[in-house]
Amino acid sequence: MKSFFPVVTVVAAVLLIWIIAVVPMNMHLTADQAQRDGLAVSPDTPIARQDFSGLGLAVHNSHLIPLTYVNVRPRLPSPHQIAIELYDTVIDKKITSKRSLVYHGWVTLAPTLLGFAIGTLLGIMLAVGIVFSRVMDRSVMPWAIVSQTIPILALAPMIIVVMGAAGIQGILPKAVIAAYLSFFPVVVGMVKGLRSPEGMQLDLLRTYHSSNSQGFWKLRLPASTPYLFASLKIGISASLIGTIVAELPTGAKAGFGARMLVGDQYGQPILSWAALFAAAITAAALVGIIGMIERGTLRQMGMKPA
Amino acid sequence: MYERPKLQSLTPSTTPTQDADGLSPLVIRASNLDLTFQTNDGPVHALKDVNLEVNKGDFVSFIGPSGCGKTTFLRCIAGLETPTSGALSVNGMTPDDARRARAYGYVFQAAGLYPWRTIGGNIRLPLEIMGFSKAEMGERIKRVLNLVDLEGFEKKFPWQLSGGMQQRASIARALAFDADILLMDEPFGALDEIVRDHLNEQLLQLWARTEKTIAFVTHSIPEAVYLSTKIVVMSPRPGRISDVIESSLPRDRPLSIRDSAEFIAIANRVRDGLHAGHGQG
Repeated sequence: MKSFFPVVTVVAAVLLIWIIAVVPMNMHLTADQAQRDGLAVSPDTPIARQDFSGLGLAVHNSHLIPLTYVNVRPRLPSPHQIAIELYDTVIDKKITSKRSLVYHGWVTLAPTLLGFAIGTLLGIMLAVGIVFSRVMDRSVMPWAIVSQTIPILALAPMIIVVMGAAGIQGILPKAVIAAYLSFFPVVVGMVKGLRSPEGMQLDLLRTYHSSNSQGFWKLRLPASTPYLFASLKIGISASLIGTIVAELPTGAKAGFGARMLVGDQYGQPILSWAALFAAAITAAALVGIIGMIERGTLRQMGMKPA
Repeated sequence: MYERPKLQSLTPSTTPTQDADGLSPLVIRASNLDLTFQTNDGPVHALKDVNLEVNKGDFVSFIGPSGCGKTTFLRCIAGLETPTSGALSVNGMTPDDARRARAYGYVFQAAGLYPWRTIGGNIRLPLEIMGFSKAEMGERIKRVLNLVDLEGFEKKFPWQLSGGMQQRASIARALAFDADILLMDEPFGALDEIVRDHLNEQLLQLWARTEKTIAFVTHSIPEAVYLSTKIVVMSPRPGRISDVIESSLPRDRPLSIRDSAEFIAIANRVRDGLHAGHGQG
């Protein structure tokens, strides 16, 4: 609750800039349309209007300013247009409809969650290996870092095509790409967390003559919990981005990525923007859920978040 | 490296009583102990020609300036460091065997309680590792919490306790598995003087009740004199023992004993030992 007012303030500032920007961004389109509709526009030819900036044109045609907010195909949709589109496609449409964003959301969410689970599991296993084996520390970590320098946009179609050729389609190829993005923060966070106990705490276990596995279960693993949650929050949003990216270049028929692409290709920016916002809200919700699990778990453990 | 104690009859298992006349069983015995650390700046002579005998039931303090090797010596006894040469035995075993036999409890400078375990859970840690039964764990936790005056705090988390209480909990953790030896590395170093006085008093009572052998590293002269039956004064570069003082104070010591002439005389001798060590170094 402490962050309520700061967050609202930032959102309000962004909205304000956005609402102001709508006017110059859409002015030329609006002027063209207004002329076709028989309204007075100065200057009165599209060519002459090209010499003006959006702002300049708005100053000369202040009576057209309200119309910049209601373009059917705006260059920059106004916030209320996106809100209406979101309401239409999230709440009004049946979720079985191909136009329902809830339906598309689930198509994206399922591989996101599967990929996140795979990535997290893989990340934890790699981190344990890295911490306990010098060989893995030397060999795996550099490759994990290199893997993240490859543009996922280039890699995603290859993975889809290769897996498709092997007869694997549907949710799994997208989940693999999501896992590819989400395992890395988990590896980095878990390695740091598993190594976080100080020399004194390790010495204490030596005085008890404890085994390596006791040291892992009783000291290293619990000590790494706050680090794990910090990584999971990055991992889940990376997972969602991975899934959307997997939907973009492959002609997917459904999912947030497909909606964004459809909006772009058919000149319906409001549709793209609505999908974008739906994806952002989904990501925020996922991070929020992990944050809640984190608070609950750490409170149970008597600790505070890292 | 390891030399068998020459007098078999002096092993702790045979004579559990404490005599004042030197017949007490040897618990710790170091002879000609040397330890050199290899560092990036060249070798550091941490311990040189250390000879010491500690009897069962002794309270031995190690005092000296930073770098005199007092903590290093304690870690050698615990088997956490390995001497370069010389012989060291703990309970008639090598330090490493003694560590494996869980012969001692170690209290570090910081309490080092696990923040995700309650006080009871922290004390249970060594018991879990050593495989005690569930019923016995509960019983032992109750007993040691009582020993350090922390009844009723079993379910509290460490952050809910003051620094002094946390350090008491860490002492309870070291006592929980009934080792005969307690090794303490400046356990009260980070606490303020009022809390420290109180804990010193409690530690003496605890020592009297449990009859443990305690090796205690400290920076403080009054603390060393107040607590100890034997004070080992050490000096740095190379770390060595410059004086061993057998305290003539009675075992039963109120805090007011620190104003007695005898106490001040012992404190002065410790101070002289520290100065002499510095002069030579």
